[in-house]
Amino acid sequence: MDILANLALGFSVALTPYTLMLAVIGCFLGTIIGALPGLGPSNGVAILIPITFTLGLDATQALVLMTAVYYGAMYGGRISSILLNIPGDEPALMTTLDGYPMAKAGRAGDALVLSGVASFVGALLATIGLMLLAPMLARVAYLFGPSEYFALYLLAFCTLGGMASNNQAKAALASCIGLGIAMIGVDNNSGLPRLTGGNLHLMDGIDFLVAIVGLFAIAEVFFFIESHGKGSSIGVKLEKVRIPWKDIRETTPTMLRSSGVGFIAGILPGAGASLGSFLTYMVEKSIAGPKGGFGTGVAKGVAAPEAGNNAAAGGALVPMLTLGVPGSGTTAVLLALLMTLNITPGPTLFTDRPEVVWGLIASLLIANFVLLLMNVPMVKIFVKILMVPAWVLLPGVTMISFVGIYSLSGSYFDLLLMIGFGGLGYILRKLDIPTVPVILGILLGGNMENALRRAMVLSDGDMTYLFSSPISIGLWVAAIAGFIAPMFLRGVLRKPQAVTD
Amino acid sequence: MASDRIFGLVALFVALAYIASATQIQTSFLADPVGPRAFPILVGAVAALSALAMIVRPDPDPAWPTGRTWVSLVVAVLVLVGYAYTLKPLGFIVPTAIAAGVLSYQLSPRPVAAAVTGVALSVGLFVLFRYALGLGLIPLPKGLF
Repeated sequence: MDILANLALGFSVALTPYTLMLAVIGCFLGTIIGALPGLGPSNGVAILIPITFTLGLDATQALVLMTAVYYGAMYGGRISSILLNIPGDEPALMTTLDGYPMAKAGRAGDALVLSGVASFVGALLATIGLMLLAPMLARVAYLFGPSEYFALYLLAFCTLGGMASNNQAKAALASCIGLGIAMIGVDNNSGLPRLTGGNLHLMDGIDFLVAIVGLFAIAEVFFFIESHGKGSSIGVKLEKVRIPWKDIRETTPTMLRSSGVGFIAGILPGAGASLGSFLTYMVEKSIAGPKGGFGTGVAKGVAAPEAGNNAAAGGALVPMLTLGVPGSGTTAVLLALLMTLNITPGPTLFTDRPEVVWGLIASLLIANFVLLLMNVPMVKIFVKILMVPAWVLLPGVTMISFVGIYSLSGSYFDLLLMIGFGGLGYILRKLDIPTVPVILGILLGGNMENALRRAMVLSDGDMTYLFSSPISIGLWVAAIAGFIAPMFLRGVLRKPQAVTD
Repeated sequence: MASDRIFGLVALFVALAYIASATQIQTSFLADPVGPRAFPILVGAVAALSALAMIVRPDPDPAWPTGRTWVSLVVAVLVLVGYAYTLKPLGFIVPTAIAAGVLSYQLSPRPVAAAVTGVALSVGLFVLFRYALGLGLIPLPKGLF
């Protein structure tokens, strides 16, 4: 049994006291990050990466800490959805639909415990799925040559752009902004500078961490200033927390189904957790029918999206680890972490660095149990933290972002660049242009170009080589379909808006 | 309508300028069939097409902030830029306290609370970064003591 031997290796890495401590800290921070409105998993992980890097953690430890934060944020997102009717992060939007009505009906405690258990089931099953599926996919990934990788990157942009935006042109433009930025700096093949405008600071290219923190965290600060920190602090009171055994029993089939659907949604490149929670809610709603009472505060409406989004969070790690193509915004940020740590994700990761992969998987399993403990009996602590006012939180987040980026390079130029990206992120989001493709472009631009150039070297400039294998043809077809299909499906798959009261 | 058109137009010009500067990239004698120019030009071309599509078929305008909020946003950007320039020469504590205080004031206009937030965040974060996380920050400008 390969898997058992690998798991034993993983647990031997994960169960060292220091790594275990990092996992617990990561879970705690992650839950806070997820719970605070305006500080989603992508922001949270992005802000913490530079700091992790300067702490001098080794690859496995850094990865354990950050994925614990990632899982924690997925758990935490539900707290503000249920209590404040504000999704703590985007995937938690669906949880507000039934969670908030349930809380208003005086069952806030039940909703929190139930969603915590649903998160646990979703995340645990997804982690097991990751464990079984990732090594298999890694073996398939060995068949990938440069032309397949080029098509795969294209697929990621197309599906991410197709799903994440309401306007294909805007999604394509966002991808191009990212890819264009990735080209800046010294060309790998010729060693000559490109598109730097003669600026010495740009010779090394633009650090993706600067772009990520700017586009996510600093842009968020501008949004908060625009809304004057409104929309926090009012909410439902949390009374006694008990465990609603009856609800948990009744929603078990829902949780299991939703975990499956969410996991698959997570694996699709570019789709991610938002699609996972959306799909599972819709599936459960149609199974329950009009009598199910979805939207009025039913237990199934809380369990489905939470199991779904946590399962999708696990699923999104599969393409990220095996192919180096992230399945969501946050996994894009995790990919940035891997690149910073000089780990190349892909099939070779599983053979060359098994301690990283299996240590990560073992820590995720441990993190899940820690998160269940934190999010069910200790949920009241996190509810207290929600009371931190925006006028303390946001300046704090900004300063942490600045210190993080500053400690990476010690240059004011990167800080200015980060503010510039913050402004860009604000304008892009205002115009409904998705920012995740920009990040993906900056991260994958270099690889995508290299894949194209290597393919052309192999074929001596023959363009048809790009479509020469069944795998690459399949990927091209999927890419085109993923980009075009949402245009027609948009009428059918309209995202429900959050309930207003 | 107008917002998308303006942004599309700006993006179009940037894309064209990008293509123009990509054609100027030096190639070395070790060139591969694709070379260092083709991919940036391709990206620029797709960006230009997308920008054209935005100009031709714009979405409805978003709700842009009004007068006072713009002032707050511009102040926030200026404070952050100032912070970026002063963080190194003036040390961590003073610029952070000022920047955090001003940002806090922009979010909730109460001077005393904002000042307390600024100072508390500055000192708190300094202690956290320097002693708990071990980052090498300089607390105050050098040569003061």
